[in-house]
Amino acid sequence: MAFLFWKKKRGAEGESVEQSAQNNSSVAIDATSEIISEPETLTAPAKPEKPAASNVEKQAQLEAVVLPKRSAKKGIRSLFSRIKFDPENLDELEDTLIQADFGVDAAAAIVDEVKSRAKKSGAKSDKELKEILAGVIEQNLEHDAKALNLSDGHTPYVVLVVGVNGVGKTTTIGKLSNWLVQGGFKVFIGAADTFRAAAVDQVATWAERSGATLVKPKQEGQDPASVAFETVDEAIKHDADIVIIDTAGRLQNKADLMNELDKIRRVIEKQAQISEVLLVLDATTGQNGLAQAKAFAEVAKVTGVVLTKLDGTAKGGIVYSIQRQLGIPVKLVGVGEGIEDFAFFDANEFANGLVN
Amino acid sequence: MFGNLSDRLIETFKNLRSKGKLSPADIDATLREIRRALLDADVSLDVVKNFTTAVRDRALGDEVSKALNPAQQVVQIVNEELVKILGGEQRKLTFAKTAPTVIMLAGLQGSGKTTLAGKLAKWLKDQGQTPILVAADLQRPNAVNQLQVVGERIDVPVFAPEPGNGVGNPVSVAKDSIKHAKQKMFSVVIVDTAGRLGIDEELMNQAKDIRKAIDPDEVLFVIDSMIGQDAVNVAKAFDEGVGITGVVLTKLDGDARGGAALSVASVTGKPILFASNGEAMDAFELFYPDRMASRILDMGDVLTLIEQTQKNFDETEARALADKMAKDAFTLEDFLDQMQQLKKMGSLKSMLAMMPGAGQMRQQLENFDEKEIDRTEAIIRSMTPAERRQPKILNGSRRSRIAKGAGMTVTDVNSLVNRFEQAAKMMKTVAKGGVPQMPGMPGMPGMGGGFGGGRPGKSGKAKDKKGSKSGNPAKRAAEEAARALGQNPSEGSSGSGSAFGLGG
Repeated sequence: MAFLFWKKKRGAEGESVEQSAQNNSSVAIDATSEIISEPETLTAPAKPEKPAASNVEKQAQLEAVVLPKRSAKKGIRSLFSRIKFDPENLDELEDTLIQADFGVDAAAAIVDEVKSRAKKSGAKSDKELKEILAGVIEQNLEHDAKALNLSDGHTPYVVLVVGVNGVGKTTTIGKLSNWLVQGGFKVFIGAADTFRAAAVDQVATWAERSGATLVKPKQEGQDPASVAFETVDEAIKHDADIVIIDTAGRLQNKADLMNELDKIRRVIEKQAQISEVLLVLDATTGQNGLAQAKAFAEVAKVTGVVLTKLDGTAKGGIVYSIQRQLGIPVKLVGVGEGIEDFAFFDANEFANGLVN
Repeated sequence: MFGNLSDRLIETFKNLRSKGKLSPADIDATLREIRRALLDADVSLDVVKNFTTAVRDRALGDEVSKALNPAQQVVQIVNEELVKILGGEQRKLTFAKTAPTVIMLAGLQGSGKTTLAGKLAKWLKDQGQTPILVAADLQRPNAVNQLQVVGERIDVPVFAPEPGNGVGNPVSVAKDSIKHAKQKMFSVVIVDTAGRLGIDEELMNQAKDIRKAIDPDEVLFVIDSMIGQDAVNVAKAFDEGVGITGVVLTKLDGDARGGAALSVASVTGKPILFASNGEAMDAFELFYPDRMASRILDMGDVLTLIEQTQKNFDETEARALADKMAKDAFTLEDFLDQMQQLKKMGSLKSMLAMMPGAGQMRQQLENFDEKEIDRTEAIIRSMTPAERRQPKILNGSRRSRIAKGAGMTVTDVNSLVNRFEQAAKMMKTVAKGGVPQMPGMPGMPGMGGGFGGGRPGKSGKAKDKKGSKSGNPAKRAAEEAARALGQNPSEGSSGSGSAFGLGG
């Protein structure tokens, strides 16, 4: 799966476009041209709208970016690796789904849906039923806005990364930034986790590895909102395409810390619009994941979930309820410690990986 | 969202009369809700299944309790069984006979090992130990750096011969650290290791090698309290792979119910030693199985509250008082008695905090001065028995005498008398009309039954579920006080809102 994104065209530096995609499908466009690309590299639902139709001059300054191909396939393990799927006994499926952290209600709803579809189609075999199950899961995880919102041409695109402690925010930023830089974006990272010991050093290491520019706090314990502000400021001055803001891990029930996040968001919005607020969620997280998503959505207006650590034994089933109940799609997944172990979330791949 | 277990149990038993005996159907209905509560709390399904079976067997065989209705009785059994598993093997940290004591930390990525290493070191240091931290996480970018900063903050030395970020061999670092600790006479060595997945064979072998090299007295498995169903797999993998001796539960300051604690304890049989509950370096405490059990069940500390109330409140006294109230014969003596009953139960503040929903008025609780009880008591004790029985006879000179005797001012005495009159009036109303409902505890059989039932009290409409009904005057009074505190934090000083004379 590949999405097409748009960045500002910048003269001589523009050669970075050449390395943007392995298949060389990305091209610079002018105001009137259609998107020229090899069709198989693009998936229809992700086709970005033609940016800013009203502003021809502005459009002329945009060029397309396609990120290198990545897959999360290796991280997704079957639900039925330990417990075999029993087509005769669909009630057991409910238990299996509960054990994958789908939660009691979602598990029951999925099984009901599978049963009713099977009844309609007369499906009985192992294979048919699994197909139905995959279909139900995939359908409920599909979302119109699953691509990253890096297409409207309003650079710098600001990506705010939030989440509770220890879910892998910094690692996610490293991987994302690496990917975007490889695609030809000019990326700035703001080290706004000024709380945790050595957090700035950690994100600095990732920035260096990925080839992004880091904006550090000027002094220890600086107000994270001011770091975010400075980062956006610098990014605008240096004509960057993307700003990623790292924030300190915070538990969603801590009002003060959530207010701090609100402030970070407001301060950024003084200079630029926020394109994405990504909630990083550890795949091992249980039912509390829903509470996390709810609280962060309310304060930070989360636009997507990044599901990390999917390479372990955990299945991350809680994202199902998050999308069903809150309408927040999973956008990215992390599947390992390597910098390239990172991909767009693909509902089809995920559902089939779980079932087969 | 669904309500908590208390609400749901009430729902289950709405149509069920309070019977003295447990039928299998009662038990199953309750257990269905318990199962749901446990799953919502992320207890692993297998553990839930074994657990509910065990509870069912015991509930069927158990003696019938006169004091509790069926729901309560099952809940109580559940609670006891939970505590048994969580605290079955409760023990303290093992120290080596000859220093240094070696503690190794292991766990998944992001479970909070490095932060915990710091907290543990600080805790040990505060107890007079001389700990040293060892940076054996050479994997994660800047983990070594993080540990060094942590060490600096708590003023504990850090052994970090390798820079990390993929450079250096953690096994030899761990090995060298023991030598170093012996040389420099450190009493405890805390080895922070890299986060790893249970299924990552290479890294699990490395952890095993570290263990072999340092022969630790404790291998603590650090686990995030937000973890879901995977907790069993992870715990098993670490127990089999590295061999753990104890468990530490982190991020308990969040609002996850922490069912993982139950999963891990029952799957590994290893004790949970510590709970880590905040970002500050001293946010760290011994693990309390009973608190965790209530948290998993999401019942507040209702059970504790009931137990304490039952233990301390004399039923006959309660009945006598109830009669008095109904007859409008409530005197300052009774007022004093009640207060003493309350004091027997322990800190009023902590009692109030135990009640479900009390979290919302934590602020007010913080402002509440317990010494007020003592002051009120002093004033009443300065009165003659006649004055206590008939507050109406208190004239100016009596009041001034009482004030002198209690070491207070006449204004204080006046305000107490006012508040007493209001309280007496309020209690009379309450006694006649029934009182608000206590969540999860549909009445308390055998206690002040004269008050049970009836329509909800006046506060019922404001906070329907959080309200309270109890035939137990002391408890109800505590609730009244809590409500008064919650609703009139500022008026409290003028004494108008408090049923108890505690607002001033």
